[in-house]
Amino acid sequence: MSRVKLLTNGLLKENPVFVLLLGMCPTLGTTSSAINGLGMGLATAFVLICSNVVVSLVKGFIPDKVRIPSFIVIIATFVTMVELMMQAYIPSLYASLGLFIPLIVVNCVVLGRAEAFAAKNNPFDSMIDGVSMGLGFTLALTMLGGVREFFGTGKIFDLTIFPESFGALVFVLAPGAFIALGYLIAAINKFKANN
Amino acid sequence: MANKLESTFLNMVLVLTIITCIAGAALAGVFKLTEEPIRLSNLAKQKVALEAVCPEFDNNPLEESRQVEVNGVQATIYTARKGGVVVGSAVETITKKGFSGEIKVMVGFESDGRIKGYEVLKHAETPGLGSKMQEWFSATDRPAQSIIGKNPGVNNLTVSKKGGEIDAITAATISSDAFLDAVKNAYDAVQLNTTAN
Repeated sequence: MSRVKLLTNGLLKENPVFVLLLGMCPTLGTTSSAINGLGMGLATAFVLICSNVVVSLVKGFIPDKVRIPSFIVIIATFVTMVELMMQAYIPSLYASLGLFIPLIVVNCVVLGRAEAFAAKNNPFDSMIDGVSMGLGFTLALTMLGGVREFFGTGKIFDLTIFPESFGALVFVLAPGAFIALGYLIAAINKFKANN
Repeated sequence: MANKLESTFLNMVLVLTIITCIAGAALAGVFKLTEEPIRLSNLAKQKVALEAVCPEFDNNPLEESRQVEVNGVQATIYTARKGGVVVGSAVETITKKGFSGEIKVMVGFESDGRIKGYEVLKHAETPGLGSKMQEWFSATDRPAQSIIGKNPGVNNLTVSKKGGEIDAITAATISSDAFLDAVKNAYDAVQLNTTAN
């Protein structure tokens, strides 16, 4: 696969949320607003890129039978780093995402890419794959967060489009996450079928 | 892959030990690096909350704090002084009656017991309903739902459904009730503190 193709792979063709349907817990849980989705997406992308590179670097030294625990330790290390950094330097984002950051450890996107891609490819390609999947994940979460925020409160990125009293509260609550995600997936599938 | 280490017991133990050691060392480094900024940002957060809820003060209330136990929960009382005279206090406390989990608030009182302001520090109430606590009870243009300027010792600060004089947040009576319970805890803590002195 060419590197350009590799880079665009995660955005649409194999988008981790809309196509692979991985990492549903943070996807549904954190996307009550566009900015939360963006923050969570970027945090996951950072972990994904770092863990992909490291896993790819050390893959030769890891015996097959302990590869999953090794990957988990590597991923958990990066997640804890992100958590500490966020707490120190962006406390406002940490306040709204704090609960979900440790859950990146068990995000299937991260472990899935380590196992399916980084463990079989060189560090540079793995990094590109991490960037691609990370951006795809970020894009999906931001879109979903934007849609929910817009219909729920009439705002996008805290910018008021219509008064909050006309918003459908259900979109900010859990059921709205499922509804919005369902329609977004349908729209993406339609878009892909047309191309 | 040909160059992969074999899964012998020794190899597995060695590899896992090495990986966890490196991970531990890396984390220790990051922790050291972020320890100070995290402490500062937590302090700053508390300071901002104090300034928002208290009457104007010129001492450092964070240094004049006291722990008391009230109605089965912990409360921290910060005393605000101006020119050495007590002008009011802020109480950080919780309630366990929230719709989902604890609600942590900081309530500021004037020296006569009237509520000066409050901040909801932490909660897990339903977004869009119970989460409106911060704005709802401080809307001074709507006296029926605002608690600002009211004195829990004089006014009956419970939801109107329970015979009180505060209108609950629409469709979030449990959250409203819990919030007012936290305010009551805060007020009781101040009373307890002044009688103890």
